Amino acid sequence: MNFELTEERQMLQDTLRRFLRDRYDTATRNTILDSATGMSSEIWTELAELGVIGALFTEEQGGFGGKGFDIAVVFEELGRAGVVEPFLDTAVLAGGLVADLGDDTQAALVEEIIGGGCQLAFAHGEPTSRYDLNRVQTSAKADGDNIVLNGHKAVVVNAEAADHLVISARESGEPGDDAGLSLFLVPADTKGITIQGYALLAGGRAAEVMLDEVSIPASARLGKAGEAFAAIEARTAAAAVAQCAETLGAMETATALTKEYLMTRKQFGRPIGTFQALAHRMSDLLIEMEQARSAVINAAGHLEGDRKTREVNVSATKNLMGRAGRLVAEDSIQMHGGIAMTQEYELAHIAKRIVMGDHRFGDTDHHLERFIALAAA
Amino acid sequence: MDLSYSDEEKAFREEVRSFLAEKLPKELRDKVAGSDGDGLTKADMERWHAILNEQGWLVPNWPKKFGGAEWNAVQKHIFEEEAAAADAPRIVPFGFSMLAPVLHKFGSQEQNDYWLPRMLNGDDWWCQGYSEPGAGSDLASLKTTAVKNEAGTHYIVNGQKTWTTLGQHANMIFCLVRTDKDVKQQEGISFLLIDMNTPGIEVRPIILLDGAPEVNEVWFTDVEVPVENLVGEENKGWTYAKYLLTHERTNIAGVGFSQAGLNTVKRLAKSEMAGGKPLIQNPHFAARVAQVEIDLRAMATTNMRIIAKAAGGGTPGIEASMLKVKGTIIRQEINDLARRTAGVYAMPFASEAIEGSNAGLPDPLGAGPVAAKYFNNRKLSIFGGSNEIQRGIIAKVSMGG
Repeated sequence: MNFELTEERQMLQDTLRRFLRDRYDTATRNTILDSATGMSSEIWTELAELGVIGALFTEEQGGFGGKGFDIAVVFEELGRAGVVEPFLDTAVLAGGLVADLGDDTQAALVEEIIGGGCQLAFAHGEPTSRYDLNRVQTSAKADGDNIVLNGHKAVVVNAEAADHLVISARESGEPGDDAGLSLFLVPADTKGITIQGYALLAGGRAAEVMLDEVSIPASARLGKAGEAFAAIEARTAAAAVAQCAETLGAMETATALTKEYLMTRKQFGRPIGTFQALAHRMSDLLIEMEQARSAVINAAGHLEGDRKTREVNVSATKNLMGRAGRLVAEDSIQMHGGIAMTQEYELAHIAKRIVMGDHRFGDTDHHLERFIALAAA
Repeated sequence: MDLSYSDEEKAFREEVRSFLAEKLPKELRDKVAGSDGDGLTKADMERWHAILNEQGWLVPNWPKKFGGAEWNAVQKHIFEEEAAAADAPRIVPFGFSMLAPVLHKFGSQEQNDYWLPRMLNGDDWWCQGYSEPGAGSDLASLKTTAVKNEAGTHYIVNGQKTWTTLGQHANMIFCLVRTDKDVKQQEGISFLLIDMNTPGIEVRPIILLDGAPEVNEVWFTDVEVPVENLVGEENKGWTYAKYLLTHERTNIAGVGFSQAGLNTVKRLAKSEMAGGKPLIQNPHFAARVAQVEIDLRAMATTNMRIIAKAAGGGTPGIEASMLKVKGTIIRQEINDLARRTAGVYAMPFASEAIEGSNAGLPDPLGAGPVAAKYFNNRKLSIFGGSNEIQRGIIAKVSMGG
């Protein structure tokens, strides 16, 4: 057993941490949050130049990483700094699907993504699918040489900024069937696509994507017709690893801020951290931090494993991070008091990131049930 | 032991219910439903106050001689429960149920004659100047000073207050200020009424993590306050403040809010689909909801026991602290359930900073901003004496204080 990062990953972590410490403070982020696009193209380009996006793709795909631990290293740092730019959606999710499934023409897009010159979004979830990956109603019907898409995609993160959308649609079967799902790589400005955007509570933007008689050539299909479910599940697993690592990084920041505050804030003539009631709660948070770190290692380390091993670990980790994250976010706010409720204090955004991470790729309850089902299978 | 309400109390509940059905404007109800009243404007709140005042129910806690209804604790509870269930706006408490009881007990005849009618008519909007950046849980360490001028006509006030709720709407603030630095902290504090339009006062909004501009910082630089605006005696302010805090703790359990919140969660979970079925049919989720409901039923009875004791003239002691702790835990758990219920649709956020970009915020369940509410209500266990302070009181009193 060896729990050290490889030299390359250690370097990536150090570079990224230093860059974000210098460039991404609370005021900078609050300016980005208040902007119309909800992201900074400057930060995006600079991070791409640092190799952040390349680290999320394998060598065969044109990158230099792409494994579970590469994803975990990058997103822990992005989470630690509370970065709101959509690396997860462009690179891990939609970009990953293009790299996994695309033919030579489609996969050419990956180079552009790695260079930072292209934004993507994965239009998959629907208003009644909640966290189920196979509950897709959006239809794909052949029309001569073309395929026509109709449906409603819910809370598609980064849809407004995306140059291309990866859209899931059903070619056969019923909502709830794994079989019959296909993916399509479609320019976002294709006729019939309407994007209604809005801000998200924890930063970034999303949109409702309405597909009304969207006619695309059959060559837009990613991979084989009706067989996309396995790829969607595997990519969602990678995205869940990224999300959990991001949450872990944010939790590191929350506990560091809380520890510092407990040692400096004085009430009743002494630092409040000297009150045992608070000291013990802080200790509990630090215990949960170790649990959280190990959980992320479990998920990242099994991302390249067989399907069952991978998914059992993803669900176990997502469940634990949901619980530990909520505890850390709520107790960090509580131990700070009112100051943590203010938007200009770093913890406010960090706490939102931690809790809202539970609303992507399945929440605590969803993954508890999924863990039971997978473990019994 | 009898768990039922008396016929009189039942009749009173009917009266409250029909009043709310008839007089609560739909626009106000719609703003309160789902978002807990965050969208209410100053005019909305004043409108509701005026409607209640016309009915004689704006200040049910006041003695009759000051124009109040003198309801007992059970009546107040019934009103609060019905008002929460009907999505009525909350009565803004700072003047009516915080300052007024202090004036009734410690204010001069002139002060009562002048300020109380203005309060009822909506001429003044009061806010509370207690907390300071360095004085939160340790309120008695406050540093804002008030020094009498040579002529003895005015106090000169300098310092900073914070967490001033709805201070942006206020024209008056009641403040705790330090008038003697050389004695024990609690013995050098006075209670002053300050006109917010006096030169030297600056109000700066604090934007909270859910984007809501509901609290403020208030800065005082050489602010002249007439000595007539001192309540009671100089350096006795801590006594008055403690008296006020016991009034701040009425309806502290928030049973009505929790019941309304739980009903909302159930309604949302009937519409939200999970695994192809309504979420409410998911046994794991249903168990979570049931667990909170079981706790709430017991707490509602605890609340009634304490109310019955108060209605019989008894003084609640540490039970108020217990209700604060348990009540906020339950309310926050319900907020957590509401955000969970909404699933991915908990993520959208109506940002006020980005103008015009939030048209058509998707909300298929009609859930309102559940995640923003979850974060906003983290305040419940922080303000009005944090839950840690309450636990300290419970321990001190029950273990030999």
